[in-house]
Amino acid sequence: MSEHILELQNIGKVFNRGSVNEKIALKDFSLTVNEGDFITVIGGNGAGKSTLMNVICGTYPVDEGKVMLGGHDVTRLPEYRRAKYLGRVFQDPMMGTAPNMEIQENLALAYRRGKVRSLMPGIRKREKEFYREQLARLGLGLEERMTAKVGLLSGGQRQSLTLLMATLKKPDLLLLDEHTAALDPKTAAKVLAFTEEIAAENKLTTVMITHNMMDAIRCGNRLIMMQEGRIIYDVSGEEKKSLRVEDLLERFRASAGEVSDRMLLN
Amino acid sequence: MFWSALPGAISLGLIWGLMAIGVYITYKVLDFADLTVDGSICTGGAVCAVLMASGVNAWAAIIVAIIAGALAGLVTGIFHTLMGIPAILSGILTQLILWSVNLKIMGQANQVIESRESYVIVSQLEAGWSILIMCGFLAVVIGGLYWFFGTETGCGIRATGNNPNMSRAQGINVSLNKIIGLMISNALVALAGALLAQYQGFADINMGRGAIVIGLAAVIIGEAIVTRISRNFAVQLTGVVLGGIIYYIVYQFVIWLNLDTEYLKMFSAIVVAIFLAIPYWKKRYFYKFAKKRPPEGGGTDAAGASGEQAAAPQAQETERLETPAEAEGGEHV
Repeated sequence: MSEHILELQNIGKVFNRGSVNEKIALKDFSLTVNEGDFITVIGGNGAGKSTLMNVICGTYPVDEGKVMLGGHDVTRLPEYRRAKYLGRVFQDPMMGTAPNMEIQENLALAYRRGKVRSLMPGIRKREKEFYREQLARLGLGLEERMTAKVGLLSGGQRQSLTLLMATLKKPDLLLLDEHTAALDPKTAAKVLAFTEEIAAENKLTTVMITHNMMDAIRCGNRLIMMQEGRIIYDVSGEEKKSLRVEDLLERFRASAGEVSDRMLLN
Repeated sequence: MFWSALPGAISLGLIWGLMAIGVYITYKVLDFADLTVDGSICTGGAVCAVLMASGVNAWAAIIVAIIAGALAGLVTGIFHTLMGIPAILSGILTQLILWSVNLKIMGQANQVIESRESYVIVSQLEAGWSILIMCGFLAVVIGGLYWFFGTETGCGIRATGNNPNMSRAQGINVSLNKIIGLMISNALVALAGALLAQYQGFADINMGRGAIVIGLAAVIIGEAIVTRISRNFAVQLTGVVLGGIIYYIVYQFVIWLNLDTEYLKMFSAIVVAIFLAIPYWKKRYFYKFAKKRPPEGGGTDAAGASGEQAAAPQAQETERLETPAEAEGGEHV
C-alpha cells in the first residue's frame, strides 16, 4: 500500500449545487499515484485541473469520495495538517512566499513544515549555512541576499524560491499548479528545468498541471488529460514518449472538448 | 505652562504608546483591523479599578486586567475564525459586548481608585516617577515581543498576517495564530487600560472611545519616524511608542494654545485617514514614480514585466528599498 503516495477514490465535487451556476468540477474521479511518478496533467479551461489540486491540498472539502495520502485517510484533515505530506507551488508567484519576511525566514518557515511550531528560535545559525548552499543552486545570487525581503524579488525569482521551499523538507508529493504559467517564456523554461532537476535528484513524486502540451509530453513518465471533471486519457511509458502535440489535440477533439486558445498558442 | 505639563503628556503618551503596540500587532503584523481595542482598554481599566477599590494589590489587579484583555481578544478571534465573521465586524461585535460587560464590572459608569488609600504603580501626581516606571514596562514588553516574534510560533504568526495561503501550505494553523495574535494584542491594550486607570485615578466607561484612532495615529507617526532608521522589529515598536508620546505632546500643545480640544478626535481621525490614503494615492496616481526602474538589459523585456508584477503589490511597503534590488537588476532569473 505504501507505494501509493496518493489515492483519490471516487471524488465528487460540485460548486453552487442546486443553483443556475451549478458546476460539476470533479465527477467520480479516481487516481492512484505511485511512488516516484512524475505526472503531467493537461486539460481545457474548467476541466477540473485546479479543483483536483485543491482537493488534494484540502483547500475545500470534497462532496464525495476519499483522499488518501501516503496510506493515511486525509479526507477530513484541514489544509494546514495535510501540509506535512505536500510541497506546493502555485500559479501566482505572489502566493507561495511571505513578501515582508526575509528570504532566510521564508526558508526557515518551509523547513519546519509539518512540525509543531514551538517557542524555540524561528531560525538558527547552523540552518543558515544549509540555506545558503540550497539558494546557491538556483544560480540567482540569492545566497548573497538572504536577509532581503522576498517582496523585492521578481516573479521568476519568487517562483524559484517557492519551489526550493516546497522541496527543502522532502515532501511525499510535490504539487505544481501551472507554476510557470505566469512567467515569461525564458524564465518559465529555467524554472521548469530546475523543477525537473530537483525532482530527479530527490526522486520526488510529482503532479504537475500545465497548459503547455510540449512540456506535458516532454516531462515526467505519465500524462493525464482531463475533461469536464474526468480523466479522458491516461498514458505512460513508451506510449507517452512517442506522443506528439497533434495526437493530444486529436484526443481533445475526439472527446468533443473545446481546445482553448491558450493551449493552441503554446 | 506648556513645559510644566510636558511630563504629564509624556507619561500619558507612554501609556498610550503601550496600547498602540497592541494595535501594531493586529494592524501591522496580523493585517487585522481590530476594533476590539476600544472596548478592551476600558475592560482593563475597569477590572483594575474595581479590584483595587476592593483592596486588591495594584500588581495583582493589572495581571487580572491582562487576562481579561486576552479573553476579549479570544472572543474576537472566535468570531472571526470559527464563525467566519469579517475582521472589522468581529471587533465591533466584541466592542459592543464589552460595553455591557464593562458596565457590569464597574456596576456604574465609572470607578474611582483612591491613590491616597492604596498603592498605585503610576500616578499623575508623580508624572516624573511614572515616566520611569512606564519606560520599564515598555522595555519588558518590547523585549518580550521581540523574542516572541523571533520564535517558531512568532514567525508563524508573522507569516499568517503576511500571506495566509503560503502559511497554510507550510502547515501553519492560520486560525490559531490569528487568535493568539488577537489575545496578545488585547492583553497589552488592557494592560495599558489598567495603567491608565491607575494613572488618572479612575476608570470610565468612555475611556476607550476612539482608542483605535489614537493607536493607529501612534503607529503611523512611529513608522514615519523610524522606517528610515531600521526595519528591526524592536526599533519599529519603539517608534510606535514615540508616536504615542508625540500624539500627546501635540494634544498638550493644542490645550496650551487654548484651542477647543473637543475637535481633537476629529482631527486625529482626519490625519489618520489621510495617512492611510497616501499609499493608495501613491499607487493610483503616482504609479509611474513608484516603479521607476533602470532600463533592462537587451532581450529581457518580458523578464522585466514579470519583475514589475512582483514589485507592484509591494510598492507601498518596499518602494524605498527597491533600489538595492534593482541595482542587481537585469538578472530576473
